[in-house]
Amino acid sequence: MMMETDRKDGRTPNQPRMLSCSRNILHRAHGSASWSRGETKVLAAVYGPKAGTKKNEDPEKACIEVIWKPKTGQIGKAEKECEMIMKKTIQSICLLTVNPNTTTSVVVQVVNDDGALLPCAINAACAALVDAGIPMKHLAVAICCCVAEEGSVVLDPTKLEEQQMRGFAYLVFPNSALSALPKGSSLVDGEPLEHGIITSVTHGVMSVDEYLRCVGRGRAACAKLSDVLRRSLQKSE
Amino acid sequence: MGLLDSSGDLSAEMEVDAFRRLFPLRYYERHLAESIRPDGRPLGRARDTTVALGAVSSADGSALAKIGSTTMLAAIKMEVMTPSAESPDEGCIAIEFHMPPICSPIVRPGRPAEAAVVVSKQLSDTILSSGMIDLKELALVSGKAAWMAYLDIYCLDADGALFDAALLSAVAAFSHCKHLSPFLIVPTSYTLLLSLIHVSARYSLAVQIPVVSVNDKGKIVAFTEEGDGRKLEKEAVNKEKIKLTLGSIPFSLTCALHKKYILADPTSEEESIMETLVTVVMDSSDRLVSFYKPGGPALAYTSLVTDCVALTRHRMKELEKILDEAFSGMEVD
Repeated sequence: MMMETDRKDGRTPNQPRMLSCSRNILHRAHGSASWSRGETKVLAAVYGPKAGTKKNEDPEKACIEVIWKPKTGQIGKAEKECEMIMKKTIQSICLLTVNPNTTTSVVVQVVNDDGALLPCAINAACAALVDAGIPMKHLAVAICCCVAEEGSVVLDPTKLEEQQMRGFAYLVFPNSALSALPKGSSLVDGEPLEHGIITSVTHGVMSVDEYLRCVGRGRAACAKLSDVLRRSLQKSE
Repeated sequence: MGLLDSSGDLSAEMEVDAFRRLFPLRYYERHLAESIRPDGRPLGRARDTTVALGAVSSADGSALAKIGSTTMLAAIKMEVMTPSAESPDEGCIAIEFHMPPICSPIVRPGRPAEAAVVVSKQLSDTILSSGMIDLKELALVSGKAAWMAYLDIYCLDADGALFDAALLSAVAAFSHCKHLSPFLIVPTSYTLLLSLIHVSARYSLAVQIPVVSVNDKGKIVAFTEEGDGRKLEKEAVNKEKIKLTLGSIPFSLTCALHKKYILADPTSEEESIMETLVTVVMDSSDRLVSFYKPGGPALAYTSLVTDCVALTRHRMKELEKILDEAFSGMEVD
């Protein structure tokens, strides 16, 4: 069955763009990282833990605050939504009880948006959190999968492809090789820990099967990405 | 002090309400182990839902939706505007979700609640990407005039599952629509005046697109039937496009995840205890419009995804029935 989609930059449907990640680029921040996928580039900086939590937050846990700075324009609803999604994603990977009554700020600056922006930002934030030394259960790896008109799944679209495709999904999976969990609990419901979805945001309409195929493809791509991330974090510095 | 090892003894002595406030998670887990929730619902059942159409008489379309205690009031106002250069044949929909301080003790006047901004964006994304409204239907004169529908949703009581109730009220407000009797007018080559046609009292309509036409200067003016015979010479530009036809309607279900339990339609207390929420939106042609899981400590495995989708399908049938009953109730009036 012909599943090949001709992509403008010549990539195969399963091929993500060139990845480049660097850490400790901002010297004033406690942790920083930049993550770029092809033309999409995001810079993340982590400040913290600082004393005190914000109002309405639980003082028995650490509080995470995300500030999303768009490339141009004022902060609007889309930015607030991205902040909320990132905050909840980071909260689920950090060990919040280690430093109670503190606030850790993650500032995300969009340098260039060429598709798959939120996954790029989540990856950058994770790398920045590692750089800052914030205690985490495991890392998170994010990917964008989109569904083409005829139903095939394409990984890591550019902005143009995102707009042309029928629908796309941003998926975040755990990367548990650096996990703090004991070995015995690595299987949940017969599926290893890496198979659970931490975050999923979809746009556009697709069938349930197409979504599950996106999840499967995304998982496989994230496993490869986790390897790259692990090696890059271990060898630097 | 309630210590972990003596909690068994403590709970026997403590009042139920005190235990609920002090150890909310354990209180819920005791119930979940029996596959029931404190309000008596089984895990997969949503709360009682009602929809009332035409709640706001001055709006072009309105609906009041209640899921349990969560109440949402949606109202649609139609205005004419010039379409953008990139899409001269399309109208526009602007969706706003407001959480006034009346709805919840955590919302204070001044700063909009964080939840309001997120639900507002989610709603616009869902309604626009589900294809329920074909924007080309809202066009009047290509490049010069098109309808802009302002949808405002007010949360009157926030008790969990805000997105579900808001989407239901938006869908009900949009899909309530009827034919206006078309006007046969002989066109003149002259300046056309327009005046808005007011819906006749026979129809208690929710969304009707007013009949309008274009004057010499290119301005859109509305149309009245009363008046002198001269009015009969004007041509109504959109007399055939009065009914707003809807594509496949999206329905949603929010579930709270906790360990291996899936709680459908959580209340605000459940939402605050079980921090992981999943919102699944499906449309009537069984397509997945959105699978929204913004982080949270519980991870979604494939079995969980399929379970949530199955619960949403079931809920979709319930909601379709409720909407149908609400419409047939309106027809009788």
